[in-house]
Amino acid sequence: MERYTIAVLVSNKFGVLNRVTSMFRRRQFNISALTVSETESADTSRITVTFDGEELKKQQLINQLYKLPDVCSIRELTTENSVSSELLLIKMQNDPATRDDIRTAADAFGAKTMDYSRDSIVYLLTAESRKIDDFIHLMLDYKILEICRTGIVSLEKGADTIRQVTNL
Amino acid sequence: MLLSGADILVNTLIEQGCEVVFGYPGGQILNVYDSLYLYQDKIRHVLTAHEQGAAHAADGYARATGKVGVVIATSGPGATNLVTGIANAYLDSIPMVAITGNVMTSQIGSDSFQEIDITGITLPITKHNYFVGAVEELADTVREAFRLAKSGRPGPVLIDVPKDIQIAKCEYTPAAPVPADEKFAAKEIRIQEAATCINAAERPFVYFGGGLIAAEAQEEMLRLADKIDAAIGCSMMGLSGIPTDHPRFLGMQGMHGHYASSMAMHHADCIIALGGRFNDRVTGNRAKFAKKAKIVHIDIDGSELSKTVPAAIGLRADIKLTLQKLLPLIEEKKQEAWQHTIRTFREEEKRFSDQREGMTPKNAISILNRHLGENTAVATDVGQHQMWAAQNLVFRKPRRFISSGGLGTMGFGLGAAIGSAIATGEKSVLITGDGSFGMCLNELATAVSSDTPVVILILNNGVLGMVRQWQTLFFDKHYSNTVLADRKTDFVALAKAFGADGVRVQTPEELEEALTKAFDQSHVFVIDCIIDKDEFVLPMLPPGGSMDDMIVKVGD
Ligand SMILES: Cc1ncc(C[n+]2csc(CCOP(=O)(O)OP(=O)(O)O)c2C)c(N)n1
Ligand SMILES: [Mg+2]
Repeated sequence: MERYTIAVLVSNKFGVLNRVTSMFRRRQFNISALTVSETESADTSRITVTFDGEELKKQQLINQLYKLPDVCSIRELTTENSVSSELLLIKMQNDPATRDDIRTAADAFGAKTMDYSRDSIVYLLTAESRKIDDFIHLMLDYKILEICRTGIVSLEKGADTIRQVTNL
Repeated sequence: MLLSGADILVNTLIEQGCEVVFGYPGGQILNVYDSLYLYQDKIRHVLTAHEQGAAHAADGYARATGKVGVVIATSGPGATNLVTGIANAYLDSIPMVAITGNVMTSQIGSDSFQEIDITGITLPITKHNYFVGAVEELADTVREAFRLAKSGRPGPVLIDVPKDIQIAKCEYTPAAPVPADEKFAAKEIRIQEAATCINAAERPFVYFGGGLIAAEAQEEMLRLADKIDAAIGCSMMGLSGIPTDHPRFLGMQGMHGHYASSMAMHHADCIIALGGRFNDRVTGNRAKFAKKAKIVHIDIDGSELSKTVPAAIGLRADIKLTLQKLLPLIEEKKQEAWQHTIRTFREEEKRFSDQREGMTPKNAISILNRHLGENTAVATDVGQHQMWAAQNLVFRKPRRFISSGGLGTMGFGLGAAIGSAIATGEKSVLITGDGSFGMCLNELATAVSSDTPVVILILNNGVLGMVRQWQTLFFDKHYSNTVLADRKTDFVALAKAFGADGVRVQTPEELEEALTKAFDQSHVFVIDCIIDKDEFVLPMLPPGGSMDDMIVKVGD
């Protein structure tokens, strides 16, 4: 099993996300992260999907996705060829006994305090997924109340863009 | 012209070259039916007994002509009744446009009467589907649906049209039929690679599927086979692609394929696969499939390349255009040793071929063969009778074997036979089983009312024979729910009740006589042909088995 991230440029219409994710379901891929947003053009939106699977089945999936009329192009994004980032919101219990340790860790990771109350602290961290994993791992020593992460957004390095591969 | 959505829909169908539609009316498609009434001299509507029958008829029409088949149904149950028919077309890559009505846009999402999310339901069984949200989009959506249905690898497309869109008016400007997307050959360098691979072959085998028929590349394929002295076999979907008696043709291969064809594929050192998809019914155990062969695979759908078996060379391209460029690069060769091997396979096949006299399934099909014109379309249902038909029918023209391959849909046959008879303008034949016929016999009403001459041959074994065969071989003869003898259905009386005619036969002579009668008159005619319940379809590659496990004889 490998972890893959692909970006799918699709036409910006209702139901398209469903068509794309349905392909993952039909091929029994579990999606571990998914982001959708509009792009530099109003006609298209960009879906970034992270999932685990086998190379051959992944290639099959991409081939099948290319057959959807609403899919304009697909790029596979690897750590070598792309930059990626993710955003984490984490709500910690605000306990006088652990407060300082948590703050030290948050500072070390460059997490930002977004909310501070008597019983809780909310941090924001924008970083690569691995770093976010590390931070969460550290926070497991304390009382985590809630976590929300966005999933990866990713762009290729250099001047190449997803638009250069079109759906034939 | 300012027209209602319903009128625009029907006009666009006409403009796209659609001459006949199959369907069934209902509340949310009534406006379209009113337009069909208005334009009835330009477009024919065939009312079926069930929407599933209508979908299969559109499918059969498309298979027999290569044109887009069109089916219309109302919302809710009308739409869901299409599902099996659409899935059937999807798995066999049949161009089809399905049109459904739906409730008013303002009521969508409120679980109103007969509202169903048919675009959601058909998402995985259509090439694409549309929910039409504005009447201005309707004409172009229909055109786009036709383009998609017939372009590349064909398939079904569904258009869901809410009632208010059928009523709303807008300007309609007629357009020309949309052409299919332009076809393309593989890249020169890849064709050269394919040629090198093929030129190195000593035991070449051409395996083709339905894609060869869709690409109309029979001639090029035969020229290639002649040049390299190849043997030829096909999947079930490829049947009728080339004349059955072509000297290079070994027949269908795979689970119930001809022994010689399967053996030749197994022993080949180069398999040239044209528009086939190496389905599990073709390959058996993939780990042991054609281990000695390099595969050159040409298919218009790139996702089929190396999907189930790895291709040495996979070309996503139009078969015809690619073969045309490939042929000049191919060296002409004679493969004496290979041809000798093929002859041995043929002789072995003959040795255990069924030579019995009397009312055997094979003899029934052979007798039928003598009555078929070269243009007669033969549809089947699903089961043993389908395999006996696939193994023994003699075809002379492409698109004359109309059978459910990918989905294996019992109940496909009669609708499909009606659709293909309307397509060819000639009598068609349905070979069915007593089980399958029970799933579609309501369409006898359609054949009678639409004056469509269909000859129906029921190979009546009183059992769900194909399932029984598996129970005999793999389930200790536990005949769980596969015996139909208790039904007491009198198919001849049934035919008469529907206004058709029929006869029961028990001997080859009676069958001969019945067929003569059936082909002489213009009625729908049912022949209830009694055969033994323990006939087997042989040879058989057990599921997951390889060539070494092939069952060629049962019992002794
Ligand atoms: C709609 C549907 N239901 C169930 C099956 C499973 N199935 C495959 S063959 C078969 C038996 C078919 O019986 P019959 O039509 O009498 O044909 P026979 O095999 O006896 O020739 C069944 C139940 C199927 N293919 N399609
Ligand atoms: Mg039967």
